[in-house]
Amino acid sequence: MTDLKKALQERILVLDGAMGTMIQRHRLSEADYRGERFKDWPSDVKGNNDLLCLTQPAIIESIHREYLSAGSDIIETNTFNAQRVSLADYHMESLAYEINFEAAKIAKKAAAEFTAQTPGKPRFVAGAIGPMNKTLSLSPDVNNPGFRGLLWDEAVAAYYEQVSGLVDGGADLLLIETIFDTLNAKAAIFAIKKYFQDTKKPELPIMISGTITDASGRTLSGQTLEAFYISLMHAKPLSIGLNCALGAADMRSHIEELSHIASCYTSAYPNAGLPNTMGEYDEQPEQTAHFLEDWAREGFVNIVGGCCGTTPDHIRHIAEHVKQFKPRQLPVVETAIA
Amino acid sequence: MNSIKPYLRLAGLEPLVVRPETNFVNIGERTNVTGSKMFARLIRENKYEEALSVARQQVENGAQVIDVNMDDALLDGVHAMTTFLNLVQSEPDIARIPIMIDSSKFEIIEAGLKCVQGKCIVNSISMKEGEEKFIREANICRLFGAAVVVMAFDEKGQADTLERKVEICTRAYKILTEKVGFDPQDIIFDPNIFAIATGLEEHNNYAVDFIEATRIIKRNMPLAKVSGGVSNLSFSFRGNDHVREAMHSVFLFHAIKAGMDMGIVNAGQLVVYDEIEPALRELCEDVILNRNNDNNEATEKLINFAETVKAKGKEIIKDEAWRKDTVEARLTHSLINGITDYIDIDTEEARLKYPRPLDVIEGPLMDGMNVVGDLFGAGKMFLPQVVKSARVMKKSVAWLFPFIEEEKKNNPLAKQGSAAKILLATVKGDVHDIGKNIVGVVLGCNGYDIIDLGVMVPADKILDTAIKEKVDIIGLSGLITPSLDEMVHIAHEMKRRGMVLPLLIGGATTSRMHTAVKIAPQYDHGVVHVLDASRSVTVAGSLLNEESKKKFLQDTGSEYEKLRDDFQRKRTIKQYIDFNAAQKNKVQINWADYNPVVPGFTGTKAFDAADLDLISRYIDWGPFFIAWELGGRFPQLLEDEVIGKEATKLFEDAKSLLHKIIKEKWLTAKGVVGFWPANTDGADTIVVKRGDSVVKLEAIRQQIKKAPGQPNFSLADFIAPADTGKPDFIGAFSVTIDGIEEHIKRFQDNHDDYNKIMLQALADRLAEAFAEWLHEQVRKEFWGYAKDEHLNTEGLIREEYTGIRPAPGYPACPDHTEKIKLFDLLGGEKSTGIHLTESLAMYPASSVCGWYFAHPQSQYFGVGKIKPDQLEDYAQRKQMPLEEVTRWLRPILEDEA
Repeated sequence: MTDLKKALQERILVLDGAMGTMIQRHRLSEADYRGERFKDWPSDVKGNNDLLCLTQPAIIESIHREYLSAGSDIIETNTFNAQRVSLADYHMESLAYEINFEAAKIAKKAAAEFTAQTPGKPRFVAGAIGPMNKTLSLSPDVNNPGFRGLLWDEAVAAYYEQVSGLVDGGADLLLIETIFDTLNAKAAIFAIKKYFQDTKKPELPIMISGTITDASGRTLSGQTLEAFYISLMHAKPLSIGLNCALGAADMRSHIEELSHIASCYTSAYPNAGLPNTMGEYDEQPEQTAHFLEDWAREGFVNIVGGCCGTTPDHIRHIAEHVKQFKPRQLPVVETAIA
Repeated sequence: MNSIKPYLRLAGLEPLVVRPETNFVNIGERTNVTGSKMFARLIRENKYEEALSVARQQVENGAQVIDVNMDDALLDGVHAMTTFLNLVQSEPDIARIPIMIDSSKFEIIEAGLKCVQGKCIVNSISMKEGEEKFIREANICRLFGAAVVVMAFDEKGQADTLERKVEICTRAYKILTEKVGFDPQDIIFDPNIFAIATGLEEHNNYAVDFIEATRIIKRNMPLAKVSGGVSNLSFSFRGNDHVREAMHSVFLFHAIKAGMDMGIVNAGQLVVYDEIEPALRELCEDVILNRNNDNNEATEKLINFAETVKAKGKEIIKDEAWRKDTVEARLTHSLINGITDYIDIDTEEARLKYPRPLDVIEGPLMDGMNVVGDLFGAGKMFLPQVVKSARVMKKSVAWLFPFIEEEKKNNPLAKQGSAAKILLATVKGDVHDIGKNIVGVVLGCNGYDIIDLGVMVPADKILDTAIKEKVDIIGLSGLITPSLDEMVHIAHEMKRRGMVLPLLIGGATTSRMHTAVKIAPQYDHGVVHVLDASRSVTVAGSLLNEESKKKFLQDTGSEYEKLRDDFQRKRTIKQYIDFNAAQKNKVQINWADYNPVVPGFTGTKAFDAADLDLISRYIDWGPFFIAWELGGRFPQLLEDEVIGKEATKLFEDAKSLLHKIIKEKWLTAKGVVGFWPANTDGADTIVVKRGDSVVKLEAIRQQIKKAPGQPNFSLADFIAPADTGKPDFIGAFSVTIDGIEEHIKRFQDNHDDYNKIMLQALADRLAEAFAEWLHEQVRKEFWGYAKDEHLNTEGLIREEYTGIRPAPGYPACPDHTEKIKLFDLLGGEKSTGIHLTESLAMYPASSVCGWYFAHPQSQYFGVGKIKPDQLEDYAQRKQMPLEEVTRWLRPILEDEA
């Protein structure tokens, strides 16, 4: 990973944009999602985007390529919900490892080709680890605040399996993203650290990206940004950042705060603005790019990209706009209290 | 350029960064089952909601971290920790601050870590069981991202000297930073605070050792932190908070200067170093710094000082600054603090300020009482304080009353308040009303208009009044078992009359189960069992709000439905044997080798005025505090962290009223005791000879299936059967505390519920104490079967003596009607003035009676439930219609709740 760290010192790296938005453009049917292998699967699987790694790998690979062409340095595997807790919605728990493994392989293949073409701009694969469809800190039952729909040990086991698939499939780093509940992220970190301790493999860098859900400036589980960061510092992450829920306009102050308190690199990949009444994102590529350009100029960020509603066009503009700026400098981490 | 300092950073929902200028982090100690009896009780009783309020209180008192400990042999620690922390996570005002997960069991620590999203502190790990375990546990803590407290403890034991403290901490630091990969700022050492001034010279330097170890640890490992449990230090001064608080402050003053970063303390109780009286501060300094302490000299001086503080009692310093506030604030202050001194002038001032006298009640007084209600609800005020608040309120209302009347006269149409009305009554045949009075006060404090019909109130009077006064709720109270039937009857009557208002059930003999199984099915518009006074407020609140009422009654209904199901299922679980078989399985007593002691006299002996001063020394104070809803063991509860202060105040008030009662002879202790020759018929009838006549006492026998070797008890077993040829004896007594009415009336007229309830509770205690004293006289002298007995009060309370004094209507002889025979034997009503009501309750309420059994094998037991075969036999023996016996014994019949 020396390449990645070297690149981070030299420039602002660019992530990819939304995967879901791109998949939507293909207007896939239930039959397309099922493919040959799952044509007799007892439950509906349309909407299980991660499954496409197995049934429509060519489409996923083509999306990765579009982002790589647009200038992404880091692409995310198509595995946002690919652990057994979330896959239970489709009764596909048993596919968890395989989806992660294949997803990493597909992304890695595309990234490797682009690296070969331009060795001066190496491309990296981030194994995407999403938040799960259940949370560890919040009760699903308003009348019983002590109740939990998910237990820590289940979450750790599910994440552990996901991590092993991503690592075996060739991910270069791991990205815990869209964190609503810090405890879920702690379970992911626990699983990752445990996985590397158990297998004695060199630990891959970890990117952490949380989600501030609204104007309160807090996570869904109620933490302030600084409390969120402190609670996850022990991961010794490569980067800490924010994504989703907010457009760039509303994310600015939080990214600014993070850039002051984080001892590691910072990342930001906002949505393409806020969704309109139809649930669609209208922010144009150059608009998003202007916001991120401002953050780059201010020295808030090391890694930028897009979340919901962003497209290869957005990424292309973002990459163009931020490349003129130096990356945020890592703060000096002191070892003594003056 | 930006730089990041290596501070210890912790987080709940919000961050806590320990910077050099933070000075000292207070860690709240009360959410700890080993340190707080109250918290332990709440957890044990599954009252997690209330336990949360203990946590909330600490946060409000300035704790920056809360320590949570569930190490109790009676608890499933993993479950308790998980449940409590999950609940804490849903309370943002508590979850705001970081949690210290405290356990000596690592599995409990892990369970806690799995619940908390923020960055916690683990308290603690150590090298006690070797390096390997230490590393393993430290690694797990690191995977969870927690900071750790490392106790100065290694394979050889706990570090008690400066050298060992430093040595162990240094070794742990190296392992954690080099082998486990801990950040040094996430390491917190606890170099052990031990008790000093214990009288043992080897303990005298413990505080110095801690402070010096802190200094060296912080110099050699400057990023690491030092913490400790401060209250250990003053352990030998338990019960003397004044000295303890001073010691803690002096200790912290020096320890913090040496580098101590945080400590587990009772945040609300620390005094400011500068404000400690100089003499005491100097003594504390000597003891803590081990100066001038040859031959324990400094220790002795501090102990002597502590004695004087104790003797002097707390100096009462009146802070009168609140008098400068607005009249509304002053009224609130008086209400919260129970101060009556200024209530008349403040009320008058408010009356002149507000347009109408009623506005004073509905405005500032109700606002103040709402604050009281809230504080009580949040566990920040206790029952005795609330009753004092009510006294202030009543006095204020009394001041306004003539003005309101005046206004009414002038303007009969004026609106006259519209508070919800609650009718309270102790049911027909029952005389006990302390609990009901307390409920009345508490509800009154919460703004309800209380109509208290008193004791022994017939159903018709209750219901007629309810209709006439248009009350919103009826509350019934009862202490003896026959009252249960009366409550069933009242519920039935309410249905017949087509009433729709909710019915509340309370009192010592009532239960949720009985209410669910017996009372609730009688009436369709809501029957709710209320456990205690503090519960009555929420129940009344839920019932008086149209929106919440429906849901509340639905919830209660389905809860009772479930109880009924449980009851139906459970009652088949217990196995009963036939009455014949039970009679055969009697208590085996070797009568051949036993010679009954002949009492000093037969017949009766009366006491017209026993010595109250002497009797008062036999008081068991435990039930007194229970009456005031302050639970716990006496005298330990006086030192309880949560209720101790109020319990002590209450105890002081009680003692001073008791003193007055005795000195001014308010009450008279009257009693009668008697002994008669008695033998059994070999079964369950005790034949008592009074002169030429015979009185037959009928005992009831346990019928539950016993383990092999365990008898089916009956009181008759403890008296020699006639066919043994041994002349045996039985005794009986009744005692009462007479003369309470005029004083009750005086307090009532003076709107002083506090002293009224206090007097009732004390009279009850005196009656019990009288019975205890009399029993001792009986054992040692009157009957004289235990002349060499030497027991202190505690031994008496624990019933370590020989022989028993069971009372008719209580578990060993549950038939109240046997009380008639007892009173008859003792000479009837004229001997003591005790009168039996139709439910066979004794009036005055502060009365106790019972039988005496002397055999060494006699013991207390509960009859439990009996089967129809015994019931029929019993009815025949008593020559009482089966229907009537059934009514009296209903609570102990199989198939009854």
